[in-house]
Amino acid sequence: MKSVDRRAKPILTPAKARLAAGRMGPLWLLLFRLAPPSWSDYVIKHWSGRGFVVAVPYLWLLLFFTAPFLIVLKISFSERLIAMPPYEPLFGWVDDIPVVLEWSFSSVMAFLSSIEVYADLDKYEFLLKNTLYIESYVYSIWVAAVSAFWCLMIGYPMAYAMARCTPTWRNVLLLLVMLPSFTSFLLRVYAWMGLLKSNGVINNVLLALGIIDEPLTMMNTDFAVYIGIVYSYLPFMILPLYTNLEKHDPTLLEAAADLGARPVKAFLTVTLPLSMSGIVAGFLLVFIPAVGEYVIPSLLGPTDQLMIGRVLSDEFFNNGDWPVASAVAVVMLVLLVGPIMAFQYFQSRGAEEERK
Amino acid sequence: MSRRRGLFQPLSLVLGFAFLYLPILSMMFFSFNNSRLVTVWDAANSPTLKWYVKLFENDQLLDAAFLSVKVGVMTATGAVILGTLAGLVLARFGPFRGRAILSGLTTAPLVMPEVITGLSMLLLFVAVEQAFGWPAGRGQMTITLAHITFTMAYVTVIVQSRLAGFDDSLEEAAMDLGARPVTVFIRVTMPLIAPAILAGWLLAFTLSWDDVVISQFTSGPGASTLPVYIFSKVRRGVSPDVNALATMLVLTVAIVVFVGAWIMRRQERKRDREIQLAIAENK
Repeated sequence: MKSVDRRAKPILTPAKARLAAGRMGPLWLLLFRLAPPSWSDYVIKHWSGRGFVVAVPYLWLLLFFTAPFLIVLKISFSERLIAMPPYEPLFGWVDDIPVVLEWSFSSVMAFLSSIEVYADLDKYEFLLKNTLYIESYVYSIWVAAVSAFWCLMIGYPMAYAMARCTPTWRNVLLLLVMLPSFTSFLLRVYAWMGLLKSNGVINNVLLALGIIDEPLTMMNTDFAVYIGIVYSYLPFMILPLYTNLEKHDPTLLEAAADLGARPVKAFLTVTLPLSMSGIVAGFLLVFIPAVGEYVIPSLLGPTDQLMIGRVLSDEFFNNGDWPVASAVAVVMLVLLVGPIMAFQYFQSRGAEEERK
Repeated sequence: MSRRRGLFQPLSLVLGFAFLYLPILSMMFFSFNNSRLVTVWDAANSPTLKWYVKLFENDQLLDAAFLSVKVGVMTATGAVILGTLAGLVLARFGPFRGRAILSGLTTAPLVMPEVITGLSMLLLFVAVEQAFGWPAGRGQMTITLAHITFTMAYVTVIVQSRLAGFDDSLEEAAMDLGARPVTVFIRVTMPLIAPAILAGWLLAFTLSWDDVVISQFTSGPGASTLPVYIFSKVRRGVSPDVNALATMLVLTVAIVVFVGAWIMRRQERKRDREIQLAIAENK
């Protein structure tokens, strides 16, 4: 502050700077400096209607999809407070807010050195040292992978059979696959509660038929979670597989048969490799959301082994520990970045294949 | 070879669809059961409609349903506007700086676990409220904003794939005839993608209507949507009136979807016939 050169014409009056340097201070000042003098000319010249059309969805997604993640990241570095909101700010001022009158190196340094950083990695250390969290992550990934595998096992034959039907039947079957996913997801999971509980439909039927003597325990087990996820996400597996399999040229299989390949061999060497992108897309479309699944394990899952989505919401709603919940979310996102990128890659590759 | 194929494929379809539909049918069946135990059939007093009557006496549930409808309509409308713009940009504007980022941003919400989206949305609203004093508290407004964000991705995908199905020769012809871009969009592009826009609206509405997790994070006390209400109820176990509610919802959706599919099919056929006629006349 002392080093400010008084002879230079001030860019901002101290009062204005004080105002600006409130919450968003550093950012505003930086933007103000970086904007070229002919900023408004630039906007008028380059932002035609086309620019506007691009800008609207872009800005919306940046504001409501990207910015929230930055906030989650920020809160995961902060300390818990018993207040509303229950976390400490990451930055504070050492004493008085410094006023930048001239954009010189020394004044910037004075400005920066008066910012105190409270950020720490405590929360991440806590997560990594606590076996409860690590077990939950591993368990979630395992459950999601097993469920996605069974989705594939059930969905592939269905998609394959649908792709071989006549066009009229295809549309009807496609509608029938989609229909359950248009009805309530929550209520479809709920339907399984009625089937799986100890005096539920499955046990009653098996007891009546004399197949079992006492009711099976199916609710609140891993098995129930697998069933719930496979059941809810099956359409997401069938659709990408079907769109892929439908495009296959049947003459390829005929050619394979003419060359003496038996049906199984023809399937393994022709159809399966061609449908790989559909398999990967379907698998990821089930796997990624299933890792963070919250509703299904809450209703059907075991109470002693929690999936990570449940842990996150418990930390948030029951314990009110926002920083830990945020750190849980950040670690989950880091684990899922790879699969999400892979999905995007296959998605765009599929779109390009379609264009050709 | 043909014999094995002839048996395996229908079998997998029958078993697969049985797996998809039997739980729903069983849930609907037991909604007519008189017993509180839901899945133990009370043969003496069933079938009964008493759980359906109870639904309409439950004010809390009716309020939640009304809020869900309001949020759903606003969400679907907002998502269709933003999603159509994004789909148009991605399908028609060719390469521009930041296209890859936009494309990534529109597909990421499709696979993002809901707990992460919900948590981050809530934290955004809290931070914005702290900084600007708006939105004051959480309720209808914040739920709608969050729902628009995650549903617009679906609309974008639908509109984009619909646009990819047409080449831009019609739009170019209109441009050559001197139409301004906005006119081209309203008179040429919009009618072409109208089915996609309608489908997108319906999909956004159902996604919003059905969402539990994001609503739970972004709703405040006193403003719970229907799924949030049902979720808090079924966490305590099965209850017969939820079966009745589910039956009504499933039947409504089934009717809307079948009627919608039928209308779209008819429109498509009409359009095809008109194109055929136009080609025949010009010959």
